[in-house]
Amino acid sequence: MDLVIARPEGLYCPPGDFYIDPWRPVERSVITHAHSDHARRGNQHYLAAAPSAGILRARLGQDINLQTLRYGEQLLHHGVTLSFHPAGHVLGSAQVRLEYGGEVWVASGDYKTEADGTCAPFEPVRCHTFITESTFGLPIYRWQPQTQVFAEINQWWRANADAEKTSVLFCYSFGKAQRILHGIDASLGPILAHGAVEPINRIYRESGIYLPPTVYAGEVKKHDPMMRKALVLAPPSAGASPWVRRFGDYSDGFASGWMRLRGTRRRRGVDRGFVLSDHADWPGLLWAIEQTGAERVIVTHGSIGVLVRHLREQGLDAMGFSTEYGDDEDTTVLEPESAEVLA
Amino acid sequence: MKAFADLYAELDATTSSNAKLTAMQNYFAQAAPEDAAWAVYFLSGGRPRQLVPVRMLREMATAFSGLSPWLFEESYQAVGDLAETISLVLPETQHTSTDGLAVWIEDKLLPLRNAPPLTLAECLPALWAQLDRQSLMLCIKLITGSFRVGVSKLLVTRALAAMAGLDSKRVAQRLVGYTDLSNRPSAASYLKLIAPESPNEHAQRGGQPYPFFLAHALSHPVEQFEALLGPASQWQVEWKWDGIRAQVVKRDGRLWIWSRGEELVTERFPELESLVHGLPDGTVIDGEIVAWKAAPPGTVDAFDTQSPSSPSVQPFALLQQRIGRKMLSKKILDEVPVVIQAYDLLEWQGEDWRNQTQATRRTQLEQLIKTCANPVLLSSPVLTGEDWFDLARQREASRKLGVEGMMLKAREALYGVGRTKDMGVWWKWKVDPFSVDAVLIYAQQGHGRRASLYTDYTFAVWDGPPSARERTLVPFAKAYSGLTDDEMRQVDSIVRKTTVEKFGPVSSVKPTLVFELGFEGIALSKRHKSGIAVRFPRMLRWRQDKSVEDADSLATLQDLLA
Ligand SMILES: [Zn+2]
Ligand SMILES: [Zn+2]
Repeated sequence: MDLVIARPEGLYCPPGDFYIDPWRPVERSVITHAHSDHARRGNQHYLAAAPSAGILRARLGQDINLQTLRYGEQLLHHGVTLSFHPAGHVLGSAQVRLEYGGEVWVASGDYKTEADGTCAPFEPVRCHTFITESTFGLPIYRWQPQTQVFAEINQWWRANADAEKTSVLFCYSFGKAQRILHGIDASLGPILAHGAVEPINRIYRESGIYLPPTVYAGEVKKHDPMMRKALVLAPPSAGASPWVRRFGDYSDGFASGWMRLRGTRRRRGVDRGFVLSDHADWPGLLWAIEQTGAERVIVTHGSIGVLVRHLREQGLDAMGFSTEYGDDEDTTVLEPESAEVLA
Repeated sequence: MKAFADLYAELDATTSSNAKLTAMQNYFAQAAPEDAAWAVYFLSGGRPRQLVPVRMLREMATAFSGLSPWLFEESYQAVGDLAETISLVLPETQHTSTDGLAVWIEDKLLPLRNAPPLTLAECLPALWAQLDRQSLMLCIKLITGSFRVGVSKLLVTRALAAMAGLDSKRVAQRLVGYTDLSNRPSAASYLKLIAPESPNEHAQRGGQPYPFFLAHALSHPVEQFEALLGPASQWQVEWKWDGIRAQVVKRDGRLWIWSRGEELVTERFPELESLVHGLPDGTVIDGEIVAWKAAPPGTVDAFDTQSPSSPSVQPFALLQQRIGRKMLSKKILDEVPVVIQAYDLLEWQGEDWRNQTQATRRTQLEQLIKTCANPVLLSSPVLTGEDWFDLARQREASRKLGVEGMMLKAREALYGVGRTKDMGVWWKWKVDPFSVDAVLIYAQQGHGRRASLYTDYTFAVWDGPPSARERTLVPFAKAYSGLTDDEMRQVDSIVRKTTVEKFGPVSSVKPTLVFELGFEGIALSKRHKSGIAVRFPRMLRWRQDKSVEDADSLATLQDLLA
């Protein structure tokens, strides 16, 4: 029997009577990770992997009814054995493994196959049916090793600092920002964080993840000369706001998988595009799918049609689910603008 | 090759002219002359003909990438640029080639032209395997003749001038004709560009034209002209012709005709060749080649607007038909004869006259035309009026006369280079474009910068009045410019939500969006469903205040034809 089906409220597990990352309020929700398009407000019960608790509470409210499991820990509910397994996407991100009547299904949530040091790395889980995301489901998306991208960012930052220019790097405030902090060479200068980024840094540090010291950008005086050597991490929405003007003649960059394409790079209109994604690239998707050993694959948000067709050509039983998840690498995604939401 | 690819990436990544200038200067300072020669060629718009048919290139790239053809196609749709797509799907390799741009072009790429498919299938993968992704994309752009980068010729000129310590006007002059197909860049030709000034600079010119002086648009209301420009009497006013801007160069007993794109077009206009006899050596005339309906024998008064039999300029569309032909048949030469409406004299008796005043040049030009007495060489009439308001009234006849408006040239001005403003200014005072409210019915994804956004639209008008019981929307124009990035994004998302059907990259949409569409010209056309062809259509604004029913109908367009 199908352990997960698509319903108007979200992905639903009939024998267990719960939803995975529902987009409409439901009674029981299982959350793969705390990005706002996967973890929404208004559910009566939340179940998530333990490391995501801090951010989930910060984003959805301290008072949510949240139960957590360690990675690998099993929970039996209505005969369904449920466990979380690292997805390597952001802190606390998990794949959901469901077992019922000898059938094993895994729902991936968002995932990335390269280990980044800020969250537990992706672990393939054997299953009969694998539900995969497909954000970058086209062969044009192939990532460089992240060390190479961090080297590029360092080089850009250094050149700007030499020219007395602030380096403003736009990136998603939860996950991407911390990954960048963890990966760059912090000895190059001071690092400032936007109000949407700084509270999440705190949560990462509290979880024992090393991030270099950062200064909340709001605390820096307008003409502090230190700014001209600094790297600033801010959400993309800040780029269009007066907030960014305080940095005077700055150079800006944008870190996202979409920066792989010249067209999107130019449309963004920043000085530099860095190709850095928290999602699997095309080879990563194919590798992950293969590792599960699944014969049946269900593709969600991204390039559903392309990936389904390709997998069918490879002899797999593939189909798509349409979902209402957004794209956390894109700029049109709404995300909390400031610290208030997180306070 | 790698150095040029890096330069391309740098130029592509920035919008700042200063950054571009620095990048080019750095490149030229390091590059070997033979490589720099080709770099100048490409940067200033030179484009060798396509070396490998695009279809074949695509097939080979698909095979080499190991992707199913449909998957390659999906990738191409997402990227919007063939060269970039290929560079993204081919196996990633280390850059191993140490050969410069010149070796790549001359020894590796140019020989591909007309090579049989089997040879190509062998050569191309071997060539590609030597290049990193950035260089690979560039290489394919060179192969397909689609290399474009956002630098103006003026900027290239400035970079070279700064590096060589020359006056940039001098470099601009030497650079004229550099990208013509008849010129093959070489170390020698590059070194000539940046050589120190020589006393016999002028004698070495051959058939070279001068850099064209270009006009700026004037869109202020006429009430402000007096304050802005001073009295009309200080200006030389002419019609703005709708033809092909050209320089006629007569030196050493030979005649050359150059288009504004600095292409040699002498052979395209055989009827102008007779000027070789009438013009003295050392003469360069600037003017506009227009399709011309000659006056019936006996009439002489050019441009008498009252008489239907007076000679007149023909729509640009006609001239375009003629330019499009590979072979010029006798029929087309008879049907679409051309003349030059001459308006400036840049060289006279072998001397550069660009530093003479407009008025002086004009006087000498008129005399020259009179002596020459060749019916293909006309003097573009100078228009006079009491004041700006009087001229504005005369300008209203523009459409009827088949001209685009007026040109205003300061009588004291010198002849500048490109769009410079320091030696005097030429203003184009165009009549307002035609405009109609039209409905968006098809959308296509853009290319390059706008890849994956729906940015190219087809517009339609109604084939009947609102009172008609049944009426349909008839497509009549395509437009892709005129919206802000923000509006474009909004339209894109509406297109995605209202798509009815998809035909490859084109989506038909439910008609909900109305735009005010502007265009420069309108003519009857058998090739268009609407029976009408418009020129330079563009979106003037998004009429969010109008419903689809309020859009204009074919009758509105037909009225504009009259
Ligand atoms: Zn996510
Ligand atoms: Zn997602």
